[in-house]
Amino acid sequence: MNYLAQRLLTFPLILLGVSVLVFVSIRMIPGSQITAMLGTEAGMLTAAQREALAAYFGIDQPVWTQYFRWLAGLFQGDLGVSTIYARPVLNVILERFPLTLQLALMSMTIALCIGLPLGVFAATRNERPSDLIVRILAMLGQSTPNFVIGILLIYFLSVFFGIVPAMGTFTPLTVDPLASFGQLFWPAVTLGFAFAASVTRISRSAMLDVLSDDYIRTARSKGASSMSVIWRHALPNALIPVVTLSGVEFGYLLGGAVIVEQIFALPGLGRLVLDAITQRDYALVQGTVLFIAFNFLIVNLLVDLAYAALDPRIRIGGRK
Amino acid sequence: MTKLLSVRDLRVGFGNDSKANEVVKGVSFDLASGETLAIVGESGSGKSVTALSINRLVDFGGGRITGGSIVLTRADGTAFDVTGSKEAALRQIRGRDVGMIFQEPMTSLNPVHTIGDQIAEAVRLNSGLRSDAARKAALDVLDRVRIPDAKSRMDYYPHQLSGGMRQRVMIAMALVASPRLLIADEPTTALDVTVQAQILALLAELRAETGMAMIFITHDIGLVAGIADRIMVMQHGVVVEQDETSNVLDNPQHEYTQHLLRAVPHFASGNAVRTDGERVPAREPVVKVDDLVVRFPVGGGWLKPKGAIHAVDGVSFDLVAGETLAIVGESGSGKSTTARAILGLVDKQRGDIAATTGRSKRPIQMVFQDPFASLNPRLDVEALMAEPAIANGQKHDKALRERMAFLLDKVGLPEDALKRYPHQFSGGQRQRLCIARALMLNPDVVVLDEAVSALDVSVQAKVLDLLIDLQHEFRLAYLFISHDMAVVERIAHRVAVMYAGQIVEIGDAKAVLASPQHSYTKRLIAAVPAIERRKQHFAVDVTQVPSLVRPAGYEPPDARWREAGSDHRVRHEDTP
Repeated sequence: MNYLAQRLLTFPLILLGVSVLVFVSIRMIPGSQITAMLGTEAGMLTAAQREALAAYFGIDQPVWTQYFRWLAGLFQGDLGVSTIYARPVLNVILERFPLTLQLALMSMTIALCIGLPLGVFAATRNERPSDLIVRILAMLGQSTPNFVIGILLIYFLSVFFGIVPAMGTFTPLTVDPLASFGQLFWPAVTLGFAFAASVTRISRSAMLDVLSDDYIRTARSKGASSMSVIWRHALPNALIPVVTLSGVEFGYLLGGAVIVEQIFALPGLGRLVLDAITQRDYALVQGTVLFIAFNFLIVNLLVDLAYAALDPRIRIGGRK
Repeated sequence: MTKLLSVRDLRVGFGNDSKANEVVKGVSFDLASGETLAIVGESGSGKSVTALSINRLVDFGGGRITGGSIVLTRADGTAFDVTGSKEAALRQIRGRDVGMIFQEPMTSLNPVHTIGDQIAEAVRLNSGLRSDAARKAALDVLDRVRIPDAKSRMDYYPHQLSGGMRQRVMIAMALVASPRLLIADEPTTALDVTVQAQILALLAELRAETGMAMIFITHDIGLVAGIADRIMVMQHGVVVEQDETSNVLDNPQHEYTQHLLRAVPHFASGNAVRTDGERVPAREPVVKVDDLVVRFPVGGGWLKPKGAIHAVDGVSFDLVAGETLAIVGESGSGKSTTARAILGLVDKQRGDIAATTGRSKRPIQMVFQDPFASLNPRLDVEALMAEPAIANGQKHDKALRERMAFLLDKVGLPEDALKRYPHQFSGGQRQRLCIARALMLNPDVVVLDEAVSALDVSVQAKVLDLLIDLQHEFRLAYLFISHDMAVVERIAHRVAVMYAGQIVEIGDAKAVLASPQHSYTKRLIAAVPAIERRKQHFAVDVTQVPSLVRPAGYEPPDARWREAGSDHRVRHEDTP
């Protein structure tokens, strides 16, 4: 518990650091918010109009003044107003987040359901043909960019099976669970493919390590079956690296999957960030990046808790 | 007596071409029920592989039985062909007929399951008992291996127990299925000497209780005297001698057995100490350690630790040139921490370490226990040996190379060793390299932390001789950290006994080893296995090393000392 409290205390510090970095770096990109917003019409603005607009958005102030204003707002739960959507940044993010979260969870489920058994299987068949096939598949999965997989998937589904993944507006789980799952299934498969490949590789090597440990020999000397040796004695000890990898990948997915969202025309966080950057929507960039960083911290915390759940040496510590 | 096991011309190989890479080359022996056979040999002799073939666990380590037969008589009198059986059939004899305990209690238990669950699993697998009954049986067997407070220990995880306790759990796990043959593969090698004595006593008692047969594998022929009925000596995969224990020990036939018996560092209770190097008290010490304290904070939050492990608590001694001071004690007694503190490898809380800078700016150098892990595998010998000199600001020039060649010659390695890599040397040669490296800066003091513990006995003897020669030639002072009393007797002029972070007895080696005064020193010396004392039996004792964790701010009471001789001081025992 003490440990948890310590970790939570570091969160604000990290988030503060992230916010400063984003605040400064977004303003280092050439181009102004006003030009991006008005497009070609920006050329018709007089200097006075431009100044007025800048004053309206508060971007005429020095960067640090802007930052502290933004920070003051943050403490009141106000992330500012998006210039693209003309709505509070927080509302825009929370509207997009359910899709991203659901997509990430589905991809991870697919990846673990495929990758873990495959990795364990390959480890028990070490250096035999079936192990080699799994390793080649995993290598392919990891090295194929997901836009290739996404586009091929859409092509084959529509041309040969007449299935067209639902695009555009997202149907949330609360409205129609089945439709919601159906809509995100193929994007999740696309993302889950490479993810599963990584899980396969890491669980294979972790299992190989563990299977040569002394306590596995002990289990065999007791007369345990190979199933019991693998699932009861080896797997729990091999899960730590799998959890580490899954945590990192899941954290990335929570930041949105720009390319896959683009291919399947899904309104997720990834496209939101991309739009915000290209349109110089400072408040929105700031808000989304902070939100993504916060998610990452939460995921890391969950990973640490999972370590403790998996390994009594972490949970209980030294000798009693 | 009925025949239990019959091994005929057993051959075991490894790798893809297992016929060409045989490590067991035609081993034959018989074992009657209730009998104990000791298989003795040095590393690489094939003794463990032979044992692992009996329950075919050798298959999982990449081994293949390439010839011969193993026949086990099962409880119902039927003969079971081990070599020709399939995995499913072999599972029926593992645990039930053949139980096994291993060398490394630290790694042989599964870290994610409680010990109660692991023992109960063995019950379920082999007796058909289910949940509650299995746990009950597990608890009973924990009592039988004399684990104190077994009921609450059932829910402990392995890392919460000491090495000796874990080995008891291993034994419990093997015993719970009442096997008729117990294979013990170096069961005490990783344990402290007093714990080793207890485990051996326990095994002997349990054998008497259950009437099981035992195969006891060890590299230490001195250890088997009290426990084995028969001894089989192996070398390079073949049996060189096999007979009744007393015949082998008293009248060894084969040259190799004689060599092994000679090489075993016999502990002679202080009668075989070195007689060179009389201590001249007036001489200025090269190292003087005064009231050394090392503590590691534990628990608590960010700012305020709850307590501290008092690893070293008020240790004082001095060391003069040409002299060896041995620090003996069990794991956790603080002897290695003392050594590391002297080199500045751990921070001390308090105390003075004064070293005279005589011949070198860095008068203290160190040799570590594991010669395999303490040499960087990517560097050749020249780079390895140059490292301390370069770290000390010297140039890698002709003079340095000459010094390397000179030292390699001194430690008995060829000069062309310079261009070779660590993996091309044997364990003993690597330790010679480590010694040569430690001497590069011409130190006054060499700290040897269990420097010969990882070596086979015959290699150990040679390295000890080398150390003594080097000591004479360069007037080196050694701080020799060891748990092995026989080794200490051969090399030490003076001995300091450490217990729970403190020195409890210090003085002339002969005085301390021949007439130990402190109760702990007595216990330590009584536990040393010896061929001469094979008839002597130990009572099983469950005392544990006291906890070294103390609340924050705790200071031990001042030590009071008693003079037991001209150079022999003993700590009063009323201070805890």
